Amino acid sequence: MSAHRSLSWLFTLGLLATLPVAFAGGIRGTGDLGLVIERTTGSVRILETSGNRFLARVEGLGDLSHASVVYSRDQRYAYVFGRDGGLTRVDMLEARVDRRVVQAGNSIGGAISQDGSLVAVSNYEPGGVRVFDAATLEPVADLPATFGDGRRSKVVGLVDAPGNRFVFSLWEAGEIRVADLSDRANIVVTRYEGIGVNPYDALVTPDGRYYIAGLFGEPGLAVLDLWHPGEGVRRILSDYGPGDEPLPVYKMPHLEGWAVAGGRAFVPAVGAHELLVVDLESWDPVARIPLQGQPVFAIARPDGRHVWVNFALPDNDRVQVIDTESLAVVSELEPGPGVLHMEFEPRGEEVWLSVRDENRVLVYDTDSLAVLTELEAATPSGIFFTARAHRTGL
Amino acid sequence: MTRRIPYLLALAFSFAMAVPVAAALEPERERALGNLLVHDCGSCHGTRLRGGLGPPLTPDRMRHLPRDWIVDAILDGRRGTAMPPWRALLTPEDAAWLARSLQSGVVE
Ligand code: HEC
Repeated sequence: MSAHRSLSWLFTLGLLATLPVAFAGGIRGTGDLGLVIERTTGSVRILETSGNRFLARVEGLGDLSHASVVYSRDQRYAYVFGRDGGLTRVDMLEARVDRRVVQAGNSIGGAISQDGSLVAVSNYEPGGVRVFDAATLEPVADLPATFGDGRRSKVVGLVDAPGNRFVFSLWEAGEIRVADLSDRANIVVTRYEGIGVNPYDALVTPDGRYYIAGLFGEPGLAVLDLWHPGEGVRRILSDYGPGDEPLPVYKMPHLEGWAVAGGRAFVPAVGAHELLVVDLESWDPVARIPLQGQPVFAIARPDGRHVWVNFALPDNDRVQVIDTESLAVVSELEPGPGVLHMEFEPRGEEVWLSVRDENRVLVYDTDSLAVLTELEAATPSGIFFTARAHRTGL
Repeated sequence: MTRRIPYLLALAFSFAMAVPVAAALEPERERALGNLLVHDCGSCHGTRLRGGLGPPLTPDRMRHLPRDWIVDAILDGRRGTAMPPWRALLTPEDAAWLARSLQSGVVE
């Protein structure tokens, strides 16, 4: 081999090493990509759902316990929200950290605006929401969650809503706030006080109309109709508490990715082994489905036929599948200890599941329930596909 | 930063080392408790125990609290707050091991 040829080989190898995802297999799209959070190593794996494989690993993202991800509308960039206040923009094609800021001491999640130009982060410490330019991560707005005599509240349940609004809840203050950022120079924040004790998480319905906060400190949920925000917040399912002997809650349920199917919503109960079913027209309870443990996530398969549920300790080694017509548990899986998250492929034929304590990610066929692929990852937690880029509230 | 994995292993290991053998738990149980502390306590207190929905459980804070008080907080939870009682999943010996680990300074 001539010196010239080996040089060009070296050059090619160099390209492969620096641009692993984009060019390893030629020019490619990003619609079938996603990330798995490796929570204790501060890294993420870039995955591909077409091949059911990992393409690359990106390191240096800080403390990723409870990390979550949103995507730019071109599905090229992931915004990863870390526990340590880190906001990292990951380039999915070049498989590298594109930009990173540490914007607070302790944060819990984030959202991207309807027009894709703003990223907001909800912070525990200092309590509030900070908003950044999605392209540069330059600060745009600081919305402290001040209440009462000037204390600051932890912020939970931050989502995007139509009209370039961000909606969020205040854990200590028992408030919902709507920040309208349609005009960056004139940001308007509307407060809804007394919505209930300790909202712990929230979601916006897929159409962007209803913002729904779950309450930890009392039974029920708080609902704000974003088409008619002037009507204020109403309470639903207030009679649906866990009863006089609530079970210890070892892990807060998550409402994001709340299952909506057939005009009904499937909500994890707090402190009870139940999934609550609510009619989305009347907001009346339809049923309570008994489960094997305390639900954490209840996520609908994209066709709405099934809802998959995972659990808090000591039942966090299994998953139950509920039929949304019969409202019965139709299958039970035991993926292994520490099932933390489930992400359906956009058309629902497969689901990815992280099994933290076995350092594994499993891909299931959602019909046969067979395990199709097993991948190794370091303490995997959240799994997020780029298809989220085009969905309100995710 | 691949250095983090050995760091965590060292962390789990030093939990085991830091504890006097008085309440001798099986090494496997200690490993499970180290894992529980990082991940499951960590889901509210942060995997580095620097705080989240629950307050930081760092040794600089934990050292000032009586160990029995911490054990009680773990076993019985804190009424009217999100801190759950762990009695159904943990024995008093487990809780004592966790309390010692929190105070012993290996978390920082
Ligand atoms: C579901 C959330 C949650 C989980 C899980 C959790 N805690 Fe807590 N913990 C809290 C909250 C909230 C407080 C603050 C209670 C208060 O305001 O008095 C707290 C307080 C404490 C305290 C008292 C500290 C202080 O300064 O007041 C200790 C000790 C503690 N937790 C240990 C643990 C341990 C050990 C675990 C795991 C076995 C654990 N916690 C799991 C939410 C949680």
